[in-house]
Amino acid sequence: MKKSKADPKGVLTGSHFMDGDYALAEGALAAGCRFFGGYPITPSTETAERFSERIPVVGGVFIQMEDELGSIASLIGAAWGGLKAMTVTSGPGFSLMQENIGLACMLETPLVIANVQRGGPSTGLPTLTSQQDMMQARWGSHGDYEIIALSPDSPQECFDMTIKAFNLSELFRVPVFVMTDECVGHMHEKVVIPPAEEIEIVERKWYKGPKDKYLPYKCDSDGIPFMVKTGQGYRFHITGLTHDERGYPLLNAECQKINVQHLIDKIKNNADKIIEMEEEQIDGAEVIVLSYGITSRVAFRAVQQARKEGIKTGTIRLITVWPFPEKKIEELAKKVKAIVVPEINAGQVFLEVDRCSRNKCKVVSVPHLGGWVHNPDDIFKAIKEAVK
Amino acid sequence: MTEKKQPQRNPVERILRMDRMPHIWCPGCGIGTVVTSFAEALRKEETDLDNIVVVSGIGCTGRVAGYMKLDSFHTTHGRAIPFATGLKLANPKTKIVVFSGDGDIAGIGGNHLIHAARRNMDMLVILVNNFNYAMTGGQVAATTPIDANASTAPFGNFEYPFNLPHLVASAGGTYIARWTALHLRRVTKSIQEALHRRGFSFIEVITPCTTLYARRNRLGDGLNLLKYYYDNSEIQHNADTKDLDITYQGKLIVGKFVDKEKPTFLDAMNQHLSKVLGDKYTPYGEVK
Repeated sequence: MKKSKADPKGVLTGSHFMDGDYALAEGALAAGCRFFGGYPITPSTETAERFSERIPVVGGVFIQMEDELGSIASLIGAAWGGLKAMTVTSGPGFSLMQENIGLACMLETPLVIANVQRGGPSTGLPTLTSQQDMMQARWGSHGDYEIIALSPDSPQECFDMTIKAFNLSELFRVPVFVMTDECVGHMHEKVVIPPAEEIEIVERKWYKGPKDKYLPYKCDSDGIPFMVKTGQGYRFHITGLTHDERGYPLLNAECQKINVQHLIDKIKNNADKIIEMEEEQIDGAEVIVLSYGITSRVAFRAVQQARKEGIKTGTIRLITVWPFPEKKIEELAKKVKAIVVPEINAGQVFLEVDRCSRNKCKVVSVPHLGGWVHNPDDIFKAIKEAVK
Repeated sequence: MTEKKQPQRNPVERILRMDRMPHIWCPGCGIGTVVTSFAEALRKEETDLDNIVVVSGIGCTGRVAGYMKLDSFHTTHGRAIPFATGLKLANPKTKIVVFSGDGDIAGIGGNHLIHAARRNMDMLVILVNNFNYAMTGGQVAATTPIDANASTAPFGNFEYPFNLPHLVASAGGTYIARWTALHLRRVTKSIQEALHRRGFSFIEVITPCTTLYARRNRLGDGLNLLKYYYDNSEIQHNADTKDLDITYQGKLIVGKFVDKEKPTFLDAMNQHLSKVLGDKYTPYGEVK
């Protein structure tokens, strides 16, 4: 892995008061993203607006595409043209992108998609929050594959995690999702952007060998193939069809197994390196509140209340939602009475927690169908009930 | 002693991925003919092959990218043009050629076609029109002439087909030509011309689909279709694009209909932002 410092041109060093959507754009620029293909959709539009305003002086391209299918396709093209690329969207747009998210996975293309989630299904609640796309992020495109998804809980984290998302996407050559939501997207808070030399950037894994020896999908010792860009004389071919090391289609079960298993393994085998979470007062806890994104901030109040009442309550805040911290949950389930999972959906990440707990503890879903955040009392009641 | 004779090589072989031959196309299919014209155009123009990028979508013609020994991308159904848009904007020095079929570009990808034309995005689109969805078994397309039979129009097609040159001209395309697979040299020449142009160039090539379209409609084999092109094509350069409708086994107006200069997307972006932002703006990419 080759690391470098951020290009100062894209880094707006200083202390700012900005919303999460703007912070996504600033994070992308700081990470070296120089291509943005977007389509307007509430509540994510401000990110595209910010990027379109900033990119002319930073040096790069913003294009408002004709639809989300076009946006995501343009991103994959831009990545193979040599740039770091990003788009932002919300539920309906995220649905439209799914087919080409699969293409990005198949072509092992690094790119970042931020999803400022709103209530669904369908047009649902364009201006109001939800966390209802968490499972779509994991399984939205057809076929088997793995992706990475992060969940920021503040504008500051929108900035930080967009940089992290770009770094992970380059490291593993995979689309990375920043799964934020309307609340964080539109929340104005202090965002501190450090000097460029303090921002670590993962460089693309460029191929440097002889031109006629380049094999687009031959894995290096770390399991990740080298990348090239167009116009350099490699004269390479890549396809969304099941392919061999040369990038040539090979349509049989043997090649499919190698090809698809690789897409799964490169993330699964590195899950420990990718997964990040915040935990608090886990030791000796009788109940754990597991949450992510905006809900972790709401749950905090319920947790405080529970502690005040003498319930030994630990918390886990997922920063990486996908890949899921399976081992961690399995171990934890052996030690606690219950895990309480509040989230602004009908219980999506709950399903993963429930699966990973292997019936070793009670797992309680605290659903909210979107439009607003939980009432902390509901989470508190669930905690109380869980330890009974 | 006589010297052992080297087998003669086709001069376009260096432009093709010979390790992927034989190709998948049926005997009598016209796609290979268009590929030959494309390779021939690149050879004649002595184009820097390292700088040419081919993008295809899905379908019979979608397989073209896989046979070109160039930087080449086989993408998703309908999305070759936006994929190419990203490639072009990220790496403006490359020449982008989108090579795909009527179903891919004008059917599922129609929205991208008109928007790329509107932006005068710098790319050449070669659209192979065989009047049906061939890869999936001969279904009706947005280009199927009225009355022609297709597997999903078993009693004949009653939908109005697209007049593609007119569609692209209305949207803002700056180079528009139509030929048939019979007009091999003219296709080559059009591609040669378009390779030198900047802006949105569009070449429609009508080709025989012998296995599906011709068989279903009892039109004979590839040769019969070439005969139909021979008897019914009429070269009318600069014809009004609104008069280019195609009817079932009717007259085929071919030629170069549009050839005009207009700033490309990147030209327009650079000109506009330089004007508005002054010294704060450094023009992006390759500026004419």
